[in-house]
Amino acid sequence: MTPAVPLQLGLGVDAWSLILIVGTLVVYFGVAILMHVTDTDDFYVAGRTIPASVNGAAVAADWMSAASFISLAGIVSTLGYDGTIYLMGWTGGYVVLALLIAPYLRKYGEYTIPDFIGDRYYSNTARGVAALATLFVSLTYIAGQMRGVGIVLSRFLGVDIVLGILAALALVALIGVLGGMKAITWTQAIQYFVLIVAFVIVTCAISLNLTGNPFPQMALVTSDIAGRLTQLQAEIQMGEYIVPFREYSQLQVFAIALTLMIGTAGLPHVIMRFYTVPSASEARLSAGYALFFIAILYLMVPVLAIFAKFNLIRTLNGTAVSEARSIPWVQRWTETGLLRISDANGDGVIQMTQGLTASASEVFIDPDIIVLSTPEVAGLAPIVIGVVAAGGLAAALSTADGLLIAMSSAVSHDIYYKIFRPEATQRERLIVARVVILVAAVVAAYLGINPPGFVAEVVALAFGLAAASLFPPILLGIFDERMNKEGAVSGLLVGLTFTLVLVVLMRANVVLGLEEPFLETFLGLGALGVGIYGSILNFVVAFVVSRFTPAPPEEIQELVQEVRLPRGSRDVVTGEGVEADGGVDVETDGGTDAEVDTDTTDRPETEDR
Amino acid sequence: MSKVETGAETATDQATERTTDEAELREYWRRNVRLIGALFAVWFAVSFLAGILLAEPLFDVSFGQVPLSFWFAQQGSIIVFVVLIFVYAWRMNALDREFGVED
Repeated sequence: MTPAVPLQLGLGVDAWSLILIVGTLVVYFGVAILMHVTDTDDFYVAGRTIPASVNGAAVAADWMSAASFISLAGIVSTLGYDGTIYLMGWTGGYVVLALLIAPYLRKYGEYTIPDFIGDRYYSNTARGVAALATLFVSLTYIAGQMRGVGIVLSRFLGVDIVLGILAALALVALIGVLGGMKAITWTQAIQYFVLIVAFVIVTCAISLNLTGNPFPQMALVTSDIAGRLTQLQAEIQMGEYIVPFREYSQLQVFAIALTLMIGTAGLPHVIMRFYTVPSASEARLSAGYALFFIAILYLMVPVLAIFAKFNLIRTLNGTAVSEARSIPWVQRWTETGLLRISDANGDGVIQMTQGLTASASEVFIDPDIIVLSTPEVAGLAPIVIGVVAAGGLAAALSTADGLLIAMSSAVSHDIYYKIFRPEATQRERLIVARVVILVAAVVAAYLGINPPGFVAEVVALAFGLAAASLFPPILLGIFDERMNKEGAVSGLLVGLTFTLVLVVLMRANVVLGLEEPFLETFLGLGALGVGIYGSILNFVVAFVVSRFTPAPPEEIQELVQEVRLPRGSRDVVTGEGVEADGGVDVETDGGTDAEVDTDTTDRPETEDR
Repeated sequence: MSKVETGAETATDQATERTTDEAELREYWRRNVRLIGALFAVWFAVSFLAGILLAEPLFDVSFGQVPLSFWFAQQGSIIVFVVLIFVYAWRMNALDREFGVED
């Protein structure tokens, strides 16, 4: 249990944090009240009325979780050059998404990823497996978010961590229940603004301070800060910061980056956001906006990683232990257990030999607090620290919201409505969707309060699984007309099982509680990168099986042809009035072309055609 | 000209239209796939090639104050990724209009 941090340590800091955190929460809640929705189109896909730029901001907030905001710079500052696996891996996937998936899925219409897989492969088995994959990936992901919420609330507000998580999830669930995807989209867009402002303020201030250049994105190239850090690290035998392949082999860096990219393009909570824009061409544009908004932060991360590490080493290394322990931020973080200062050799002075997390060092710093502690280490004004707290919370909440709606749609739409109760009414479906959000929130709260000891492992697993399960059938469903049910389902099952088994074998020490993992690596790759083998296996099995089994029915091949054309994507109608949306209602042909320019701001009128 | 003839003519027109339509749509898809291929070549070159496969040789080339491969690995690739998506959106809109399949 994290102790409550009393106010006397620095009234300014906590008062600002409180005002900013509560203020932003009230805004999110207000949006949810305004966006009350009453039909499944609004609930699942925000009525397909979200402009490309707003969806881009929402995707960016959805994407940039507590992990990106809080942990990423810390991880990169630990990994050095090899941090590229996350920098590249978590951005390059958007190119894959924009060029190979987003516009076609938007043209297809409907609500979810299992919708596409189930319809394209004319099989409820495929639909069910895809829905389970969606649930599993989203659930592992949300456990990681809750840790971020816990850190921010306990450290900055001094509230009990259990109470903090319950309050945050109650708010997130309420937004989802009241306004579905519509409210979630608009709050995510606002949350993007909050988190990016927080990150920019901090990084720019430190950049100005350390390099004299207020644009951190450029400071990496124009200033000598990377060289200074490398020199500083050399002094304490920490290894050269910018030398490649210190932490991972070249093969591993390659495979992990590729797995994360392909995993990105298979993550249900991200892909389903592209259903909310009005047309296929807007889906392409929207992916561009999303990556642009993400890049604003990601281009600052490598620079902040260097700044933060430089400042920490400079402040603590060679400082008297008693003096260091009297620094306010050292005291606060020591209380959370995420920072430890010892005097192992008893000389009264800190030696950070070999780094921030090495056993030889007299300082241990959890990478998760590097960003959160940076403004204090750099001595920035209290309000900046409050802004960072609000930003970290926005990052965690926006992602949690996206995951809740992804899980809700997999259960209420794909499993309940499409598989078990196709005769369910709009009203019934909405009730189920809302109840499932609440249930998912309760599960997430449980995971947040009792985090599994292997959160980092399962989040990595989520990407590997998405790459090995959902990505191949979606891609083949669009680009390979001949791909059939037999091929897609067997590929999906083989890829999923293979990856799951290998990761469990490699992480048996944490997942199964054994002393040693069964397997260190498989063909040179560890648990983080092995998803790429699963993905390749999925493609190969799917291709071979499909060529020895019957071609898909005529109407499915027509569906594929239709999905490839943006024409008519504005006229896709789902939801009320067309209850029988059992699949191929994408059949809007060339005849509707005259209508394409009309704004489909409200319920489309195409129903009576 | 009788009504019957007009009807027959329209039917033939439609049939011809459909065949050319199919051939045109195949051409549209071929050009889309070619564009995707070209953009992915750039994608691979700036990320996996410049940042990982050539990490060591390009480490000795400096870009500003950092090694070129380090810059591609941590910043350069991301900038190019953003540009690639906007280029695709722009070129595809043009292609959609050329083939009359815009939304």
